[in-house]
Amino acid sequence: MKTLSEFKKSFFIALWFMLLTFPIMVIRVNPIEKVIEWRWWNMALVGIGGFLLSFVWRALLNRKERGRKPAPPTISPEPSPCREERTGAGASGTGNEGLKPVAVKNPGPRAIVGQPFEESRLYRPALAAAALFILAFPFVFSSYQTNIMTTALIYVVLGLGLNIVVGLAGLLNLGYVAFYAVGAYSYALLNHHFGLGFWTALPVGALLSALFAILLGFPVLRLRGDYLAIVTLGFGEIIRLILENWNAFSFGPSGISNIPRPGLFGIALSIHAATVYLYFLMIALCLFTIFVVSRLRDSRIGRAWIALREDEVACEAMGIDKTRAKLTAFVLGAIWAGMGGVIFAAKTTFINPASFTFLESAMILSIVVLGGMGSILGVIFGAFLLILSPEYLRAFSAYRMLLFGTTMVVMMVFRPQGIVTSVRRVYRFTAKGKGDAPAQA
Amino acid sequence: MDSVLTVEKLTMDFGGLRALSTVDLRVGHGEIVALIGPNGAGKTTLFNCITGIHRPTRGGISLASPEGKIRRIEGVKIHRVTEMGIARTFQNIRLFPDMTVLENVMIGRHCRATAGVLGAVLRDRRTRQEEEEIVENSHAILVKIGLAGQADDLAKNLPYGAQRRLEIARALATDPFLLLLDEPAAGMNPRETDELEALIVRIRDEEGISILMIEHDMRIVMSISDRIVVLDHGEKIAEGTAARIRENPVVIRAYLGEDFNA
Repeated sequence: MKTLSEFKKSFFIALWFMLLTFPIMVIRVNPIEKVIEWRWWNMALVGIGGFLLSFVWRALLNRKERGRKPAPPTISPEPSPCREERTGAGASGTGNEGLKPVAVKNPGPRAIVGQPFEESRLYRPALAAAALFILAFPFVFSSYQTNIMTTALIYVVLGLGLNIVVGLAGLLNLGYVAFYAVGAYSYALLNHHFGLGFWTALPVGALLSALFAILLGFPVLRLRGDYLAIVTLGFGEIIRLILENWNAFSFGPSGISNIPRPGLFGIALSIHAATVYLYFLMIALCLFTIFVVSRLRDSRIGRAWIALREDEVACEAMGIDKTRAKLTAFVLGAIWAGMGGVIFAAKTTFINPASFTFLESAMILSIVVLGGMGSILGVIFGAFLLILSPEYLRAFSAYRMLLFGTTMVVMMVFRPQGIVTSVRRVYRFTAKGKGDAPAQA
Repeated sequence: MDSVLTVEKLTMDFGGLRALSTVDLRVGHGEIVALIGPNGAGKTTLFNCITGIHRPTRGGISLASPEGKIRRIEGVKIHRVTEMGIARTFQNIRLFPDMTVLENVMIGRHCRATAGVLGAVLRDRRTRQEEEEIVENSHAILVKIGLAGQADDLAKNLPYGAQRRLEIARALATDPFLLLLDEPAAGMNPRETDELEALIVRIRDEEGISILMIEHDMRIVMSISDRIVVLDHGEKIAEGTAARIRENPVVIRAYLGEDFNA
């Protein structure tokens, strides 16, 4: 009985799709011979495809629903058995301090990894292999590949920066690219007019981005959710339009060329050497970013950001200065964008406003959302996936946006939390924790 | 008894609607005061005025800290009010659902710590020490409230009664001397209510925290409050001990309607 209704459902879905795609898939006007071709065969294909895919789709949805069920909220006030399981698994705490933060996978739906990755035996070898791969990469592969990788790494930094704003503090920023542009143009212009070198421009670009973030942040951060998104979207466009039209200042759409690559103690580098050098520079910046962002996330400030994302009113009532927390997140996010921008300018040696369109903001946001909001590992995966796959799948370049869209839809339906779920820290109390009576009152 | 909180002639208008009209209220040191009244009487509005969510139209609110410093707090920002020593819970639970129980309490410690961005990145000795203190303090509060066993669970996975208690734990973490509870017993079963009652009394006795609570559960109101204040249509209609309020015809009329003859 159930299978029959399933078939019926799929049948109607297939029918609907056949109808929907009829004008573009079946009818073709041949303007040369002035005839209309009726490609009925395509309709059949759409029908069969829709019929089969609807089964897959429903099966996946079912699986997702079932994955959710094992974690219903318990009604009894007794402590849940989860604790027993968790104290059993993994490392023991460190005695006296009774305080050992251990990353544990969020016990939400679909806990695929049973034990935290950091505790698994594979962790160290995997880390060593990754390090080796990173070090050997530019010497094994061509400079074209190295270049692509450097670009991907820039996006990793941008993603991690935006992750502070969107993933941790929950402020939807659709104009992130503006700060990226500020960084790039500050290096380009300062170099053009005053001959400032890369290493001076890097902190200057970051500071200028931060300054812009403060200027924008003060009036705007009282807005919530959608309103903030719209204003930041507008801000991104304003910056781009200024760069495009204020010729005297930014050289307009023709951009700025001949931006020098980063120097290495005044040694002249060949193009290949410069590429490799930039690659390692980017690796260093990435590691630095990961270090800073992860420390921020696990700090008092990071906790405040997450609380802000969860409930603004409760957050304020708990004594957190909302404006200050938001502004800090906004500014810190902008700093990474600024640095990314400086490096981008140095890498391409030419910039113009076309590199800083809204699509760029959307791409960085997609990296964060696809990778998993608030998760550092997720953002890194997201950046590589979204930046590298179009490069390596050049054969499908005509379908790039189609694939991008499909991936996004599928991800949001089946795994809205992203590739990697963000990790909640768990603190263990070895000595004191055990003796706690569950309910003393 | 010296007052901790004094509300004088407080009036709050929302456009043309007068939500509170010249309300006076006093909470003494170590007192449990209950604020009752029919729905829409302005109880939560009063809480929101005290905690800085609303700026009152007229009237004054002053807070006397245990050190004897008296400060006016009307119109002061919410987080500043919390820093001064008033903590609150919410009528509709407002926990941070995707954070662990312990982290929820740690947020409460936020305003008593100082580590900034630089400290977070460098993780120097002072910051580490402060973090340890935050964790240990928070854990101690969980032990006190009886939630230590669920410290690592996500707040959203707790049963309802435990969520209410966690809200109290989080509020306690801000080191208040005055605790405002907005319907702490709402939705609890009788056993949970009994536990809550004991908890509130214990907070008052052991921590010396004065308590102002809105509550509809008359059993808990009558048994633990030292004084009861009754609001109706934004006005204070009665004030007194449980026994006096129970007999007060004005209160009975407010609750049961004009036609009821006591």
